[in-house]
Amino acid sequence: MSLETPGVQTFRPQAFHRQAHDALGNPQIRANFRGAMDGLMGKRREAFADWELERLRELGASVRLRALAQLPTLLERLEANCQANGIRVHWAEDGEAACRLIRELCEARGAKAVIKGKSMVTEEMHLNAHLEAAGIEALESDLGEYLVQLNDQTPSHIIMPAIHLNTDEIADVMHDKTGIPRTRDVDAMTAAARAQLRERFMAADVGITGVNFAVAETGTLCLVENEGNGRMTTTVPPVHIAVTGIEKVVEQLRDVAPLYALLTRSATGQHATTYLNMISGPRKSDEQDGPEEVHLVLVDNGRSAIYQDDELLDTLRCIRCGACMNHCPVYTRVGGHSYGTTYPGPIGSILMPHLMGLEATKDLPTASSLCGACGEVCPVKIPIPDLLTRLRREAVGEGRGNVPGAGSKRTRTEAAAWKAWQWLATHPAAWRGAAGVAGRLGSLTPSRLGPWSDHRVAPKPARHSLHALIKRHRSTTDEEGQS
Amino acid sequence: MSARETILGRLRQRLDGPLTPPVSDFAVMGGRGWSREERLRRFEAWITSVHGEVIHTPRADWTQALARVLADKGIRRLALGRAHPVAAEARAALAEAEVTLVDADRPVDAWREELFFQTEAGLTSTGGGVAETGSLWLWPTPDEPRLLSLVPPIHIAVLDAEAIEDTLFEAMERHDWAEGLPTNALLISGPSKTADIEQTLAYGVHGPRELVVLLRH
Repeated sequence: MSLETPGVQTFRPQAFHRQAHDALGNPQIRANFRGAMDGLMGKRREAFADWELERLRELGASVRLRALAQLPTLLERLEANCQANGIRVHWAEDGEAACRLIRELCEARGAKAVIKGKSMVTEEMHLNAHLEAAGIEALESDLGEYLVQLNDQTPSHIIMPAIHLNTDEIADVMHDKTGIPRTRDVDAMTAAARAQLRERFMAADVGITGVNFAVAETGTLCLVENEGNGRMTTTVPPVHIAVTGIEKVVEQLRDVAPLYALLTRSATGQHATTYLNMISGPRKSDEQDGPEEVHLVLVDNGRSAIYQDDELLDTLRCIRCGACMNHCPVYTRVGGHSYGTTYPGPIGSILMPHLMGLEATKDLPTASSLCGACGEVCPVKIPIPDLLTRLRREAVGEGRGNVPGAGSKRTRTEAAAWKAWQWLATHPAAWRGAAGVAGRLGSLTPSRLGPWSDHRVAPKPARHSLHALIKRHRSTTDEEGQS
Repeated sequence: MSARETILGRLRQRLDGPLTPPVSDFAVMGGRGWSREERLRRFEAWITSVHGEVIHTPRADWTQALARVLADKGIRRLALGRAHPVAAEARAALAEAEVTLVDADRPVDAWREELFFQTEAGLTSTGGGVAETGSLWLWPTPDEPRLLSLVPPIHIAVLDAEAIEDTLFEAMERHDWAEGLPTNALLISGPSKTADIEQTLAYGVHGPRELVVLLRH
C-alpha cells in the first residue's frame, strides 16, 4: 500500500542529505527549531534544579533495565493482570499485523470514526493510512497532531508534533482547513479546536491511544498528557484500544513515580503534566462513564530483535521524552522532517535502523557530531553516542552483523583504503618508505577528495614528515648543547 | 505458532543469554522532610505556577467558600455527586442558592449533551495532594464519575490540608495504590493546557480552563 498522497511532501531517510540541505537553507525552519529547542533546554535545566539528578537518572535507568531483564515474564504478568481487570490483550509481530488487528477490532464494532490520542507507535505503523484505506476515519485529537494532520504532514518532534510550524503558519492551516476566521490569537485558535474536537469525541466509535508505562504488577496503563484529549479518548468512546511497544512494560506501580518525574522534566521542563491517567479496566457495571471495552495491543515490530544483543538492548530503555533531540546540535539545525523517519533525532538514529534496516537509514547514525549531549541528558542513561558508533560499524560490515542491512554502506574502495592504511601504520619500514614517496609526490595528490573537500582544502603531504623534522631538530640542538 | 508465542519465544531464547535484573534504590523519591507549612507552601506555589487557583478555607465553612467561588465566576450550573460528604454538604448548603445542581451520579450517556455543552463547572472530592508537584489525586467513583473533572470548563476540587503528601511516590506507598487501583486513577496538576502553537501556553484546550482548589484547614 502506498502511503504517499499526491501533492504532499514526503520525507525519506534515504534522502537525508538533500532534506537536511533544504532545511538548512530554510530560515523559517531554522528559526522555529532554534527558538523552541533553546526554550526547552532552559526549562529542563530549571526543572531538575532541586534534584539529585544523577541519582534520579540512575534510578530511572535501573527501573528500565530491571523491566527489560525480565521482559518475557513481565509481559505475561501484564497480560494476566490486564485480563483479570477485564482488559483484552492482543499481540502483534509487526506493524502490519497490528494495523490489521486494530482494524478488525474497529470493524467488529462497525466503527466508522476513530478518535486518537497521541501515539508514536501508531505513527510508526502508519495506522491512520491503514484505517482510512478501510473506510474508517482516524482523527488526531492532540492539538499538535491535529494541526499536523490538517496540514497533511507528519510530526516533526515526538513530544511537540507541530514544532516546525509557527503561529502564522498555524493560523493559515486553521483558516484554510477548518474555515474559522483567520486569527493569530492562540487562545482563539485553541478554543476553535476545542469546539471542533468536542463534537468528534462524542461521535467517535473507538478511541485509540498509546501507553507511556504499562504496569505488570497491577495491569494498569499509564498515559501522560497535558491537554485532556487522552482522558477524553479513553473515557468518551465506547471502545478504547491502547497500543504499545512491548518494551514499555514496568514491573511495579512504584516504578512509575521516578519515570514520570524524569519524563515530564526531560521532555518539557514541567514538574508534572496536567494529567497522569491510570487505566485499570473497562467501565464496571455500576460506573457512569468509561468505555465498555478496553483492548491492549502489544506490538513487537523489531523490538525482540534489538533485545537479542547486550549493547543494542539499551535502545529499548527509551521513555520517549525527546530530550536527546532537544539538545542535539544536528536536530536543532535540520529539524525533525529531514530525518524522514517516525522518530527523528538521536533516538531515531539508533532506533530506526532496526525498524527500517540500515540500507534505508545508513545516513542516520552519521548525522551526529558525537558531541555526547544526547547521552548526557538521557533520563534513563542510554549511551546514545556508543550506539551511534556501533551502528556506524554495523553499516560498513564491521559489527556483529545482527542489525538488518548490516554492511550495506560498505564500499570496496573504502574498505581497501582502510585495510592498506592499517597495514602501513603497523609496518614502520613500509610506512617510512610510503611517507617519503608521498612527500616527494606531494604536488601530484588530488585536490578534490569527494565531499570531504567541499568545504576544506585537500591536504598535501609535506616534503618532510613531522617525525623527520623532529629528528633533525633534535640532532641540531644536541650538537649545539655539546658545543 | 501465535504471535504471542513467537514474541515470547524470541525474548526467552535471547542471543546474548539471560539478563540479571538490577536492584533499584528509591531513596531519592522520598525523605523530603518538609514541615506542614513547607508542604502547604510548595503545594500552593506549584499548582498556582500552572494556573491552578487555591482558596484556603476553614473546614467548617468550606461551603461558604464554594458559594463565593460560584458567585464570583458566575457559575449557574454545577454538576456534582450525591453520596460523598463533599457533594452532600455542598447540596445542603446550595439548596437555596441561585445555582442549578446537576446530578452527576447517573449514566453519562443519559446527559452527554448537557454535560458537554451546558454544565459550567464540576465539583469533586480528592484523595489527596502532592506538594512536590502541586498535584491532586482523584479516584473517580460512580458518585463522582471520570468526566466530572474533565468536561466542564471549571473544575472545583476539595482538598484537605492534612491529605497532602510530600511526593507522588509517598502518596502511592502510603495509600497502597498497588493493592487495588480503581478503573481510573488520576493525578491532576492544573487545568488542561497546550503549548502546541509555537510554545505559547493556552489553557482549556480539551479539559477545564480553570482549576479551583478549595483547601480545607
